[in-house]
Amino acid sequence: MGQQVVNGLFLGSIYALFALGYTLVFGVLDILNLAHQAVFMMCAYAALVLVVNLHLPMPIAFLVAVLAGGVIGMVVERVAFKPLRGRSDSNTVGLISSIALATILEAGVVAVFGPDMERFPIGTVPNRTLAIGGAVISELQIVIIGVAAAMLLGLTWLLRRTRLGRRIRAVAESPKAARVLGVDVDRIIAASFFLSSALGAAAGVLFGLAFNNVAPDMGRSVELKGLAVIVLGGMGSMPGAALAGLALGLLEVFTVAWIGSSYRDAIAFGILFLVLVLRPRGLLGSAALREA
Amino acid sequence: MLEALQELWLTHQSTVAFIGLNGLLALSVYTTLSCGQLSLAQAAFMAIGAYASAILTFHARVPFALELVVAAVLPALVAVPLGLPVLRLKGVFLTIATIGFGEVVRIFFVNLDFTNGALGLTAVPQRTSVWMIYAALAGALYVLWRIRGSRAGYAIEAIREDDPAARTMGIHTAHYKLAMLALGASFAGVAGALEAHYTFMVAPSTYSFSRVVDMLVYAVVGGTGVFYGPVVGATFLTALPEVIREVSQLFRIQPGPVRLFVNGAVLLLVILYLPEGLASLPGRVRAWRRARREPRAA
Repeated sequence: MGQQVVNGLFLGSIYALFALGYTLVFGVLDILNLAHQAVFMMCAYAALVLVVNLHLPMPIAFLVAVLAGGVIGMVVERVAFKPLRGRSDSNTVGLISSIALATILEAGVVAVFGPDMERFPIGTVPNRTLAIGGAVISELQIVIIGVAAAMLLGLTWLLRRTRLGRRIRAVAESPKAARVLGVDVDRIIAASFFLSSALGAAAGVLFGLAFNNVAPDMGRSVELKGLAVIVLGGMGSMPGAALAGLALGLLEVFTVAWIGSSYRDAIAFGILFLVLVLRPRGLLGSAALREA
Repeated sequence: MLEALQELWLTHQSTVAFIGLNGLLALSVYTTLSCGQLSLAQAAFMAIGAYASAILTFHARVPFALELVVAAVLPALVAVPLGLPVLRLKGVFLTIATIGFGEVVRIFFVNLDFTNGALGLTAVPQRTSVWMIYAALAGALYVLWRIRGSRAGYAIEAIREDDPAARTMGIHTAHYKLAMLALGASFAGVAGALEAHYTFMVAPSTYSFSRVVDMLVYAVVGGTGVFYGPVVGATFLTALPEVIREVSQLFRIQPGPVRLFVNGAVLLLVILYLPEGLASLPGRVRAWRRARREPRAA
C-alpha cells in the first residue's frame, strides 16, 4: 500500500510537471499546444546527448536541456502560433499548426537518432534504495519528486510574486485590457511559452530517466494523459493541474494493482470523459465555460 | 499499351484504394466540422465499423452490402448518445472529450476477448474492391452536395458562422449538430469496414489518436470551406508519400523521416498561407491573374 502511494506520487509528479506547462499556455492563449509533447521528447534526447556524447554530469545536462526546452518553446510560438493570432478560428487552427510543428520536430529526431529507443548509460543516476516504513524508494524517485515539487513551488512563486507573473496573469485574464495597461502582450506570450516548454522539458528528462527509455514517440501517450490532467484540474488552473497530475499518477498505480494493467489507460480517459460531461470546469476551475 | 496500363494499375492499386478510403475518412471529419464542431472520435467510429463488419464476416453468412449497412448504422447509433452530452461542450472541450472517448473505445477493443485483443482480427477475407470504395466516396459526396443547397445546409452554415445567432433565428442547433456527428460517424464506419476487408485485418493500433490526426490533416490541407476540399487533401497527401519514396530512392535516403517532415511542413504551410486549403488554390490563382491583368482597376 505504502509502496503504491510512493510509485503513484512519483509518476504523478511527472504528469503534473508536463500538464503545468500545457495548462499555462492554455490559460494565457486559450489554445492547446500539441507540440508540447515534441518539446518533452526532444529535451529528453538533448539530455541524453549531453550525458553520453559530452560527458556532462546529469544535473548540468538537466539544466541545459530545460533551458533548451524553453528556447524551443519560444520558436514553437513564433512559428506555429504568432502568425495565426487574430484569425477568427485561431483555436482550431492553432491546434492543427502545433500538430504540424510537432510532426516536423519528430521527423527531425527520427532522422538524427532513428526510430528506436535509447537508454541512458548505467551509472548516470544513483540507483541506491531506501526503505521507509514498508515502502522501498529509490534515490532517483526521491530526486524526481523533489525536483518536480521544487519546480511547482518555483512556478507558483513566479506567478504570484513577480512582475512577470503578474503580467502573465493579466494577459491570461484579458489580453486587450493588459495591452491597454501597457503590457507588451507579445513578449508575455513568448515568456509563457518559455516557461511552459521548460516545464515540459523537465518532465521529459525526468520521464526518460525514470523509465530509462528515450524514444521519438515517448511523448504521445503522455500528451493524452496531460490532456486528461488539465481537464480534471480545470483548464488553465495551475494548482488544479498539479493536484490532478498527482491524482492521475496514484489512480493509475492503484488501477494496475487492483484491476490490472490493461485497463490503466481506460481509467484516465474514462475520467476525462466523465469530468467533461459532468463538471466541465474541473476540480479547481474558476469560471464557468464562456458562452460562444 | 494495354499491358503497360495494366502494370501501372497493379503497382498503384493500393494507393488508389487508400486515396478513396482516406477521402471518405477526411469527409467524416469534415461533416462534423461543418457545424463548427471538431470531433476527434472518428477513429473510434471507424473501429466500430471495422470490427462489426469483420465479426459479421466470421460468424454470419451475410452479403457484404448488408455488412456495410451495419457498419454505417452502428457508429451512428453510438454517436447519438455520445453527442447528447458532449455537443453541449464548446470548442476545445468538445475536442478533448472526443479524444477521450476515442481512446476508451480503442482500449476496450484491445481488452475484449471476441476482438482478439491487441493482435486484432487477422485473415479477414478480402471482399472490398476498389470500385466499392469509390462508390462509397461518391455516395458520401452526393449526400454532402445535396445537403449544401438545402434548408439544412443553410442552417448548418449559420451554426458554423455563429452558433448563438443561429439559435436566436430559431434554428434547432442541437439537432443539426447531432445529425452531422452521426453522419460523420457513418462515413467513418463504412471506411473502417471497407478498409478491414481490403487489408485483410482489423488491428486496434490502426485506430489510434495519430490516425484521427491524419484524417484531420487531410481535411484541413484540402480545405474545409467546400465539401470536396477534404477529398482533395486526402488525394494529395496519400499520393505524396509515393512520390517521396521514388525521390528518396533517387537520393538514397531513408523515406520515413522525410515523409513525416513533408507531411508536417505541408500542413504548416497550408495553415499559415492558404487558410482555405488546397481546394481554394485555383480560385486564388484566377484572382491573382485577373489582378495582374488589370493592375489599377480598383
